[in-house]
Amino acid sequence: MTTLVTGIGVVAPNGLGADDFWAATLAGRGALSPVRRFDARDYPARLAGEVPGFDAAAYLPSRLLPQTDHMTRLALVAADWALADAGVGPDTYDPYDMGVITASSAGGFEFGQRELRNLWSQGSEYVSAYQAFAWFYAVNTGQISIRHQMKGPSGVVVTDQAGGLDALAQAHRQLVRGSRLIVSGGVDGSLCPWGWVAQLAGGRLSTSADPDRAFQPFDDAAAGHVPGEGGAILVLEDAGAAAERGAPRVYGELAGYAATFDPLPGSGRPPGLRRAIEGALDAAGVEPAEIDIVFADAAAVPELDQVESDAITAVFGPGAVPVTAPKTMTGRLYAGGGALDVVAALLAIRDGVVPPTVNVERAARHRLDLVTSRARPMTVSRALVLARGHGGFNSALVVRAAPGTSRHANEEVHDATDSG
Amino acid sequence: MLSPGGQGTKEFWSLLCEGRTATRTISFFDPSPFRSQVAAEIDFDPLLAGLTAREVRRMDRAAQLAVVAAREAVADSELSFDELDPSRLGVTIGTAVGATTGLEREYRVVSDDGRLHQVDHRYATPHLYDYLVPSSFAAEVAWDHGAEGPVAVVSTGCTSGLDAVGHACGLIREGSAEVMIAGAADAPISPITLACFDAIKATTNRNDDPAHASRPFDATRNGFVLGEGAAVFVLEPLERARRRGARIYAEIVGFASRCNAFHMTGLRPDGAEMAEAIGLALREARLRPTAVDYINAHGSGTKQNDRHETAAFKRALGDHAYRVPVSSIKSMIGHSLGAIGSLEIAASVLAIQNDVVPPTANLHSPDPQCDLDYVPLSAREWPTRTVLSVGSGFGGFQSAMVLRGEPS
Repeated sequence: MTTLVTGIGVVAPNGLGADDFWAATLAGRGALSPVRRFDARDYPARLAGEVPGFDAAAYLPSRLLPQTDHMTRLALVAADWALADAGVGPDTYDPYDMGVITASSAGGFEFGQRELRNLWSQGSEYVSAYQAFAWFYAVNTGQISIRHQMKGPSGVVVTDQAGGLDALAQAHRQLVRGSRLIVSGGVDGSLCPWGWVAQLAGGRLSTSADPDRAFQPFDDAAAGHVPGEGGAILVLEDAGAAAERGAPRVYGELAGYAATFDPLPGSGRPPGLRRAIEGALDAAGVEPAEIDIVFADAAAVPELDQVESDAITAVFGPGAVPVTAPKTMTGRLYAGGGALDVVAALLAIRDGVVPPTVNVERAARHRLDLVTSRARPMTVSRALVLARGHGGFNSALVVRAAPGTSRHANEEVHDATDSG
Repeated sequence: MLSPGGQGTKEFWSLLCEGRTATRTISFFDPSPFRSQVAAEIDFDPLLAGLTAREVRRMDRAAQLAVVAAREAVADSELSFDELDPSRLGVTIGTAVGATTGLEREYRVVSDDGRLHQVDHRYATPHLYDYLVPSSFAAEVAWDHGAEGPVAVVSTGCTSGLDAVGHACGLIREGSAEVMIAGAADAPISPITLACFDAIKATTNRNDDPAHASRPFDATRNGFVLGEGAAVFVLEPLERARRRGARIYAEIVGFASRCNAFHMTGLRPDGAEMAEAIGLALREARLRPTAVDYINAHGSGTKQNDRHETAAFKRALGDHAYRVPVSSIKSMIGHSLGAIGSLEIAASVLAIQNDVVPPTANLHSPDPQCDLDYVPLSAREWPTRTVLSVGSGFGGFQSAMVLRGEPS
């Protein structure tokens, strides 16, 4: 059973829509800037990756606006675009053959802040009738399923910033169980004062005011990340079903995945990221040397960067595989980040070019072939995407060109020996 | 497990068998500003329950419930950790609203009771991030038992408690884990939860008679009673459990989830999507509808739900729906949102163990459109080998699980 990606919808700080996002990403165009959505001047962290110029009313029916948080509107639009890209309409499949599985981190937190304020400053009768579902973690899955009449298996995973990959893996499981199409991924964001304060408490936000110096993973200057909003929604399809309906495009295949959890700090046991990488490669049936590019989690917390570069080095050898972190342009998108990195990996496969990690001068202790400054043209047949969540969640996903469907499919056949 | 009216599995089961109710006037805060003022609260002292002062400070109430319930489950399983590779042990915890109680408490502090839009970070607890993202619940349980395999929170509204356990079964089946600690927890009894359910009149306003406020399938029902709780299980493959001589409560033989794609809170009266989930779960279990001995219903006590569900049972089971006992334990312990699915799995498992089906309390005059055997008022001795447990939730989620005991 093969799971294909047949549609992509992107809402990213550096691009609305997959094309804009990809053009900006290859050009190294970052989108980190002082927070505009609220006044952040009095907080220790003041930069964010915001999705600019998003006019929800231009894309969604007005009745959906009062009942949705900003991040749900972004998710609905990303899902619309992904399905349009896949050429899937209401009659493509039976409703029970299509499901929705998304990742969330904090739900519709901005909506939640507004209603908490209504409750405590005015009284319970001022709380919106939509509060019962607009903020909760399942909201994007529920709203997407309604909008597109998808009655198949639906789900929601919360594993902090590993969630974007974990959702795709769960979608794959449902395709194995017999569904034909699952809309999956993550679109996230809690850019409001209340969400900001909660993220500050996590202790991992950069306090730099300089967008070029605020998110520098694997750099000696690494001192936390810039949070962002957005992410990606993907259409995953069973290969047989996609072939049967003549899906207009195939971006690639979800080839292997594994998730692990770190031992309690101080236990003396090794962190779990290496096992996740090895598990994903094993599940995909590929050797380390067959991986062309690694999309790093890139926490920009010195200890976490060290764990990641150690794990990559242990599996692949020092500097043996190109590594990149285009999230240096968008900020970390929480449950959206893993899904957006998978999109970047698939587009790298499609176009034979790897996007850069910006604003980073690699520290010597990280023995990585980090793709910095500018995009690197190269044949990409298989990519490894990593994502980690607060508390110890590690996920790794291998995507590869689907044989016979991609521009680079022929190269892939010969590549295995070359790169070994 | 931790349930209103009883801490630990024994007290929970006694409450259900005696048909007692644990619903009462809310005592956690002054409920008088709210339309609905009843809930099923747990008298829970985290220190007495074995948590350290640091754990209490670090964790939201729902996480505390999850951790305490997981400890009971792991102890009860007599699992030997010497024989288990930590990387083969995973955790899934379901929750619908995560750390909502802790978040509201902290919001009041940083916003000065709602006065500030620009909330003040200097007053925030250092643990606020763990309230923000409830994957911390699964992380706490994983740390507690040294799990290094797949760990996740599943959050599908009110079916989370079924879906988290179903998710764990899938991980075992595909070989990603050998043993899973799986269950769910929610502690939603807070002003903001009351206010949001007030706004859509989902909860009952029978404030003058709290002990009889939750009335699933009764003609006089007018909404659910909010609850809280946690139930956690140790899951492992049947052969493994037999090999180590474990006490086997039941086998999970079928699970399926479908979505109604209709409305975030509303239900169509025909129950088609829940029926579809039930049919799929039975098919996975390779059982005919007539094999079902007992249905543990969602039975929330809203007008819409109980009719929707009754229709789904008839659609999925045909005439057998009229012969099989159906009951809702929410009549006694309220609706603990994401947790209740796991509490209901526990009730289903105990029904199998004891050949007793728990009753639907407060059911005196059934809704004419709810015309099945809902086991009114008193528990019933009943040969129970196969149980169907279902859930239905905001977001359109419809889940069904089939549990089966060893042949008697």
